[in-house]
Amino acid sequence: MADLTTKIHHLELKNPVMTASGTSGFAEELTDFYDVSQLGAILLKGLTLKNRDGNPYPRMAETASGMLNAVGLQNKGVDYFIKNIYPRIKDYGTALIANVNGSTVDEYIEVTEKINELDKIQAIELNISCPNVKEGGMSFGISCPSAEAVTREVRKVCSKTLIVKLSPNVTDITEIAKAVEGQGADSVSLVNTFLGMAIDAEKRIPLLSTVTGGLSGPAIKPIALRMVWQVYNAVKIPVIGIGGIMNAKDAIEFILAGSSAVQIGTAIFKDPFIPLQIIQGIEDYLERHNMHNISELVGCLQM
Amino acid sequence: MSKKTVANLIVIENTALNSTNFLIRLQASFILPKIHPGQFVNIEVENTSEIFLRRPFSVFEVDYTTNTLSVIVKILGRGSKKLTKIKVGEKLSLILPLGKGFSYPEEQDKILLIGGGSGVAPMLFLAKQSGLPAKNIDIILGARTSNDQINAMEYGEFGGLHFTTEDGSMGSKGFVIHHPIFQNNLNQYSKIYACGPDAMMKAVAKEAKAVGIFCEVSLENLMACGFGVCLCCIESTTKGNLCVCTEGPVFNINDLKWQI
Repeated sequence: MADLTTKIHHLELKNPVMTASGTSGFAEELTDFYDVSQLGAILLKGLTLKNRDGNPYPRMAETASGMLNAVGLQNKGVDYFIKNIYPRIKDYGTALIANVNGSTVDEYIEVTEKINELDKIQAIELNISCPNVKEGGMSFGISCPSAEAVTREVRKVCSKTLIVKLSPNVTDITEIAKAVEGQGADSVSLVNTFLGMAIDAEKRIPLLSTVTGGLSGPAIKPIALRMVWQVYNAVKIPVIGIGGIMNAKDAIEFILAGSSAVQIGTAIFKDPFIPLQIIQGIEDYLERHNMHNISELVGCLQM
Repeated sequence: MSKKTVANLIVIENTALNSTNFLIRLQASFILPKIHPGQFVNIEVENTSEIFLRRPFSVFEVDYTTNTLSVIVKILGRGSKKLTKIKVGEKLSLILPLGKGFSYPEEQDKILLIGGGSGVAPMLFLAKQSGLPAKNIDIILGARTSNDQINAMEYGEFGGLHFTTEDGSMGSKGFVIHHPIFQNNLNQYSKIYACGPDAMMKAVAKEAKAVGIFCEVSLENLMACGFGVCLCCIESTTKGNLCVCTEGPVFNINDLKWQI
């Protein structure tokens, strides 16, 4: 049997398949379907310092081969998470990664400090790419100076593996990736959603309450794949690929383009079993190609 | 034991109930879990670029002896329209069972069930499952015209059947709240349950609230996942924004922030 174990800095994973933040809640919802210890890691729903109600309804619009969302980081705040949710999920037997958000650098620091105390959270994903909040979020991730500043300050208080989640809504994503690598990021995950929009032509109204939202699903896959490949060639830290992965074939493509691990997001909405099917599919692929270790595949695109 | 599942079921019936509503009956190859009135299934219509997400449907009938369940599909958009073209023998992927159903009435309750459009499905399911004698149940089914009404005559054995149509072509003329039951003796009921278009449920909720009767409604907010991870189908409630798919779809009207 092929070896799927994966290492992202100090983070050790059973396999390279993670669920993306905001698509698998706090893992509990997936336990209604199966034993989540089979997953490589679970990226928890984005956390903020204080409770956030998120954006008004409607927050979702189906689009060609994908969907737009404008959830806006709805969550009950990091303290609620630590007190009420963490104790229930900490022993799920898979790597748990917290997704940290803030509207100011200080908020990012404060949330990180609190998460840093939790033994069973193995890594932090610094979200500087949420397109659905008025303050903070993506605004930190679309310029090098602000991406550097928040990464540098969070790095100072984060003793866990630090992954920075990048926005695709930039001119050159490699510049941002290099900037956060320079400030001590242990890994980059990409991409977050693309800023998009949908309109009801008959009613002449936007389909989202916020007018614009984040596009995800197979529609973005080729662009995400290109960005992963560019970033893989620009940085030395491991890259985690995200963007419209629906099956094992898609995941393999991201791994060949340079992803050490992948995150499955919107696909979970269609079928929560897809991450497990992808793990199996990667294993089958390696056996079919007579490979023994997933690392043999990372970035092995033949040119 | 997992509480929810994703499974392929085989279509064993697809019948047009009228011009816009279809009954789709599905056969499971496994023992169906207990499904309560108001709970729903999320159906993958077809993997095309245009119809990316599943479509949620309230369960209409369940038969545990044959492991079959049915839903009423009303054509609302491209997904539901495509689904009504499904042929007997084809497979559909379902996520089930989803959501929280209606609270079952108590023995002494007298209940009023109000269904509009495909919202009749969970109402008739509840009438059947309530455990109350027929004299304790009244059902009002509302539609635009008689052609839009679903033939529910066989449900007469579970309760008193009443109809309203906007054009007066069947039963009382007007909306469900224009039915004489609302004008005269709403107080005879201890519980009111409603499922249908938002405007209908809000009108019913307003009447129930005015006389202080327990009232539950089933919401159909747009959703992506159906099991509580996408946070798209939220409804503003007294407990904050809640997912309709996991905290609902059934809500007590007192928990909603409806301006009624």
